[in-house]
Amino acid sequence: MRDTPTLIDLIARSGAGAREIATRDHRLALADFASLSPFGPDRDRFAGRSVLLHVMDMAKAAAALIDLDGLARRILLCPPGWDAYSIARCAALIEADAFAYDEGNPAAALVVDVALPVRLPMAPRGAFEAPRIETEWVLPTSGTSGPPKLAVHTLTTLVGAIAASPLQQWATFYDIRRYGGLQIFLRALAGRGSLRLSSAEEPIEDFLDRVGAAGVTHISGTPTHWRKALLSGAAGRIAPGYIRLSGEIADDSALRGLAEAFPAARIEHAYASTEAGVVFAVDDGRAGFPSAWLERREPVEMRLVEGALRVKTSRRALRLLGENAPVLVDEEGFVDTGDMIEVSGDRCYFAGRRGGIINIGGAKVHPEEVEAVLNSLDGVRLSRVFARASPITGAIVAAEVVLKTPTDEPRTRERDLIAAARKRLPAHMTPARIRFVADLPMTDAGKLRRHG
Amino acid sequence: MSIRELVIREIRIVADEQDKTLPPLTDDLPLLESGLDSLCFAILVSRLEDATGADPFSSAKASQFPRTVGELISFYEPVDA
Repeated sequence: MRDTPTLIDLIARSGAGAREIATRDHRLALADFASLSPFGPDRDRFAGRSVLLHVMDMAKAAAALIDLDGLARRILLCPPGWDAYSIARCAALIEADAFAYDEGNPAAALVVDVALPVRLPMAPRGAFEAPRIETEWVLPTSGTSGPPKLAVHTLTTLVGAIAASPLQQWATFYDIRRYGGLQIFLRALAGRGSLRLSSAEEPIEDFLDRVGAAGVTHISGTPTHWRKALLSGAAGRIAPGYIRLSGEIADDSALRGLAEAFPAARIEHAYASTEAGVVFAVDDGRAGFPSAWLERREPVEMRLVEGALRVKTSRRALRLLGENAPVLVDEEGFVDTGDMIEVSGDRCYFAGRRGGIINIGGAKVHPEEVEAVLNSLDGVRLSRVFARASPITGAIVAAEVVLKTPTDEPRTRERDLIAAARKRLPAHMTPARIRFVADLPMTDAGKLRRHG
Repeated sequence: MSIRELVIREIRIVADEQDKTLPPLTDDLPLLESGLDSLCFAILVSRLEDATGADPFSSAKASQFPRTVGELISFYEPVDA
């Protein structure tokens, strides 16, 4: 038994007590899982199955996960809103023989042995107890193009970075079906408090109101989530003691903005990916991480190969599934993260993705580096930098900017911002054009949506 | 604003941003001697495209590219309607 811990064990270790997982529309009492199931008396039909889990509501996903861990052989956590094609493809990749779905939104008709709706509130389960097994958790990577890659984890690889904690009341802007959100889900279950999750279409102000009223102490999201929270004017409705950022590069302006809005909070930015797991977290208030960490062997060994970070860690996925699935680790057991690092003295900075480079007449520009400078300029809340085709140099740098206060004179404001950026950036990295926009879209994973 | 005024204004703005010193902008001044480098031209061309809706560089052969300030202005003048 000790060799195959399950989510129920994780909850029991810290005590189910009066703890709950709450979205706007549903509340799950953790103590109920001892006798209730979102599949009622049918739950045991999932024993030993490879289950594709696709539901819209996050509370339903949480209930199914807690109930099926240790029972199913494999669970694929589909993000909400996947189309029938993606669902069918991934069902084949995981050799799905069971489907847990949403009655209101079945999304796909899978031909499997067992197909059951996830129902809340939960209903009494049967007396039969299937033998407990170590369930494989399959997570789609958040890559932006091409068919999804599926990363196989177990509860053991997923909780590797989670230490025993005092009472923490958690909330997250993330979806728990993505690695970043799943980490918070597991932290909340391993801890002694509750977890508040957002509901689909819930305005950010309403979510902040709800988690503020619930007395949330720990809250996480991407830098883009946090910029939007600060932009919403509703950030004052929460008073967290701990703020966690992950999923995107946390630049100095994001960290400073949060420190100003929440002077009492400890602010930490974590570096993790679905493939590599949680690599590290930094809480000294500065972007990047200490260069000395490149020399460490524990808890995660890191090295730079052609400017990109590779990590060796027991928290990584076990393997990838898929047609021609790429090899996850090199000969020495390192995962290539594809994240470019610039070393500047005693500090290492993230410089963006290897593939996301803009080539300006032969000079390389990482959009994220330019965004970090734009975001630090007076009056800028959020920015997105991208390549614009040029007949002269192949490409030039262009940007879209969300201002803290809209401007009546965009042409003058553009020239002022370009002049300010030029003082901090070499000529080829300075945006040639800046367009002002009211908002910048996020991906479903909470990251800034980039041009394809 | 005429195309001539637009082109001259945008040349001055780019030069100012990029700390380039411009000689007097006469029609027969070779672009290579204007003090603007290829990046400045790339920026200039993108802004002229935004202002005029035209990108004559993309449709022209390299041999037809303008060599002087005057030719650059004429390059955009067909859209000055």
